[in-house]
Amino acid sequence: MTTKFTPDHEYIRVEGSTGIVGITPYAQEQLGDIVFVELPAVGKALKKGEEAAVVESVKAASEIYAPVTGTIVEVNGMLTNEPGLVNTDPENAGWMFKIEIADTSEIDTLLDADGYAELTL
Amino acid sequence: MAEASTQDLKQTPLYASHVAAGGRIVPFGGYALPVQYATGIMTEHKWTREHAGLFDVSHMGPSFLELNAPSGDPAADHAALSAIIEPLICGDIAALKPGQIRYSLLLNETGGTLDDLMIARSPLADGGLYIVVNAGTKEADFAQIAKAAGDKAALRRADEDHALLALQGPEAVNVIAALVSGAADLGFMTYGAFAWSGSTLLVSRSGYTGEDGFEILVKAAEAQNLWDTLIADPRVKPIGLGARDSLRLEAGLPLYGHDLDETISPIEADLGFAVSKRRREAADFPGAQRILTERDGNLARKRVGLLVEGAPAREGAEILDASGAVVGTVTSGGFAPSLGKAIALGFVPPALTTPGTKLQVSVRGRAQPAEVVQTPFVPHRYFRKSI
Repeated sequence: MTTKFTPDHEYIRVEGSTGIVGITPYAQEQLGDIVFVELPAVGKALKKGEEAAVVESVKAASEIYAPVTGTIVEVNGMLTNEPGLVNTDPENAGWMFKIEIADTSEIDTLLDADGYAELTL
Repeated sequence: MAEASTQDLKQTPLYASHVAAGGRIVPFGGYALPVQYATGIMTEHKWTREHAGLFDVSHMGPSFLELNAPSGDPAADHAALSAIIEPLICGDIAALKPGQIRYSLLLNETGGTLDDLMIARSPLADGGLYIVVNAGTKEADFAQIAKAAGDKAALRRADEDHALLALQGPEAVNVIAALVSGAADLGFMTYGAFAWSGSTLLVSRSGYTGEDGFEILVKAAEAQNLWDTLIADPRVKPIGLGARDSLRLEAGLPLYGHDLDETISPIEADLGFAVSKRRREAADFPGAQRILTERDGNLARKRVGLLVEGAPAREGAEILDASGAVVGTVTSGGFAPSLGKAIALGFVPPALTTPGTKLQVSVRGRAQPAEVVQTPFVPHRYFRKSI
């Protein structure tokens, strides 16, 4: 199991050919209290970098992008009633969607934990 | 989520305190100010509704309009100052009692709004007018007022050598009572001068949250001491611009540059109360013809409050009628922490302004239900003195 990161502060936890996507603890801290999460439709095909979800804080909306090309296979329905999970547990209970990865070689283009940590110093 | 540049921005006298308190600094109206502190907007918002929040609003434009050659007769001098400011606004300033504050609107010749502002008559017999304008408009406002004053009066800016603090919330009155004796006796929309720590504070019973509270003008050199003294009170926490915005939105109060601008009239903005009776009858204010016609019901749009289902509808979102036709635009919108729902202010045709009217808002291309509701969204809790 590998976790990779984008410069836009999404993480993707790769389990076989599926990736679990959410935002990093740094990102939730920057966004502040999250009050609404708009999730993609299951079955939606997305290219790497396309808008996949939207998180709304009290003040503003921020787009969440697909870290890799693929198809949405599951979304975290808990976030509909409890969007604050993205703040309190971004890496576990606050995950947003699972994506079936079209081309696993795309994973190698993403940042590893050290590379991402350097970005957020 | 790139950090906005805070270079070339002015700092208030309390900048170091904001940074030390974990404030996230953003540019606002040309100033570097905290949008929130470490605990976040939601916590700050709720704290203000339950206890007392302290805001640095030093970016705003406090000023004094004073006669160059006062006669010494308080009534005549106040009338002379009123005669300078009234032609620019729609409020009755001549009728203000000493110490009384009035919310008013600076208008252009077509009845659009150049700014909303507070104008107060000094509680002192030989005092002038205390005028507080918005940050983004202050240079233009001050130039216009100074021009109107000509050689009769001088406009003394107090924004560069003072700080302006707002202390808001149900416990603000007890906090202020411990700070200066007498300030807790001020009525809503009045102000007074109070001695504190060898300095003079101008304390107004007013604010922008819908709660009881005070706004305090203090000399820049004393600002840090005052901030630290207030923050040391366990009932008080510092509150950033984010919660200031969500609090005023819940209170249904317009934000200049968003819910008010040069094209929007006081009637359209549902601020008809700010067009004073005497001025209305005399029709002697800028744009009177348009504003009085609109007041009789002939207008194309009016500001309403919307309770939005689902994602917040932000500024610029289209408002649709039940059939999906575009009928207006959201001018302010966000999440209301006190209600746990999204709310918005926007403009729609008068026929659609009745509370209960079912409309929709377009968020990211999808229509969501929105219902017209009376504002304020959260009831005001201003201090009303029993007579």
